[in-house]
Amino acid sequence: MNSSSFPRGAAIAGVYEHPSRFSPDKTEFQIMAESAKGALDDAGLKRTDVDGLFGASMTMGLMGIVDLAEYLDLYPDYLDGTNIGGSSFVAHVSHAAAAIHAGLCNVALVLYGSTAASNSMAIGTGGSGGSKNPDTAFSAPYGMTTVGSYATYANLHMKTYGTTSEQLAEIAVTMRQHATLNPLAKMRNPITIDDVLTSRMISRPLHLLDCCIISDGGGAVVVTSLDHARDLRKKPVQILGCGEAVQHQGVGYSDILSIAAKQSGAKALQMAGVQHSDIDLAMIYDSFTITVLATLENLGFCPVGEGGDFVANGGISLQGSLPVNPDGGGLSSNHPGMRGIFLVIEAVKQLRNECDARQVPNAEVALAHGTGGTIGDKHSGATLILGVDR
Amino acid sequence: MKPIDHPVPYASWESRGFWEGAGRSELVLQRCTSCGLVQHRPRGVCAHCLDSANLEHFTASGSGAIYSFTVTEQNQAKGFVEACPYVMAFITLDEGPRILSVIVECDPNEVAIGARVEVDYVKQTRDDRETFAVPVFHLS
Repeated sequence: MNSSSFPRGAAIAGVYEHPSRFSPDKTEFQIMAESAKGALDDAGLKRTDVDGLFGASMTMGLMGIVDLAEYLDLYPDYLDGTNIGGSSFVAHVSHAAAAIHAGLCNVALVLYGSTAASNSMAIGTGGSGGSKNPDTAFSAPYGMTTVGSYATYANLHMKTYGTTSEQLAEIAVTMRQHATLNPLAKMRNPITIDDVLTSRMISRPLHLLDCCIISDGGGAVVVTSLDHARDLRKKPVQILGCGEAVQHQGVGYSDILSIAAKQSGAKALQMAGVQHSDIDLAMIYDSFTITVLATLENLGFCPVGEGGDFVANGGISLQGSLPVNPDGGGLSSNHPGMRGIFLVIEAVKQLRNECDARQVPNAEVALAHGTGGTIGDKHSGATLILGVDR
Repeated sequence: MKPIDHPVPYASWESRGFWEGAGRSELVLQRCTSCGLVQHRPRGVCAHCLDSANLEHFTASGSGAIYSFTVTEQNQAKGFVEACPYVMAFITLDEGPRILSVIVECDPNEVAIGARVEVDYVKQTRDDRETFAVPVFHLS
């Protein structure tokens, strides 16, 4: 059904989440290569079947995707080193679907790897030194940090809609509950709302436990045509819809509370032809608690301003109205700098009913939304809607 | 609050009007006389007309209101680590566009969204003999 249309003619045939959370003895490319093996084995494909290579990382620069091809001794017909921040890998999957639909490649491999933790990278609170970049020239003198940007968003949301720190804390508590069910998760000890509220303040109103963890890690996703995927090892996960967008300061007038997810989510939902009520679980980039609340509102799962109530009382837990991040997310499972690939991997595993204790029962449609950059200042958003092959 | 040791801003030819203006204690914005757009951050063209022909600099009032802010309690970067907690804020200028800055010499607990603010300038010593300053804001 729909096996020749875009994007339904493309499917995810294999995924792999690198189990490591701390790998001081590995390089980024090594983690990517090990992940590539995992995802190709999962699909029942060989390295030499790959004819489309997609990837990004915290350190890959100009021609980085060519360096990656060399490392893997690959000679693909199609290359995509798009880097729009942590959402990149969600976008890579839709780009891969488009390339496959256009006949530019047949087996696309999407890769990520990072040693953020073993490099001791201050991802959230390291901003910012002098810069010749014309854009950061206007933020560097003022000490803009990643968490600080999200904190300005949280403050404005609280002032505008009455959102509370307790409501944000509930997101961190739910992610930790999920992580206790994930053997790979880095942080597995349960926490309470009080633990979040009494943890060290980083950038008001965001506390330490409102912030994602920093880990090493990586992963891989294999995209191919639905027809091809049906002949492979695992049950295909069909790509139903996709969208990308940005939000930024523009020339100084943009509505910062309206994030990229509003535009990319609407496009993906329309393309997929599904309603919010059709979605069984959502994988939402959780760099900070506020990121989840802002994204759920802007994707339309609840009215803007009502995200606090939506996440309260276990609303996004496995038993809630919309299970979010059953793996424990970046807040508790892993966050090696750019987390987008794990949104896709967990969505696929859930739709293949492979998640044991954290499995969302009867999951048939999943939404994954990645955010890259910083909400509050400038960011990208990429949405994917995935479904079981019917 | 301990003062921030602001990193020296990098001024390209597109942005020197702003930083030179700050060196004269003026908050300088760009305006397109063709379409009327007042834009910040500065750039080499009017972003809407994609044309530099009718772009001019003017001195803004230096007044505005806080759009949002955060009290930063942890920043490991040089110049800021000793200054924590400091107040970083987006400010909506009376001329229209938003600007990122810091609110200085205040009790962080007194800072609020919507509060009126006025510009001030932190002069910088540079080894290239340019006279630049970093615009910062006070509560009015």
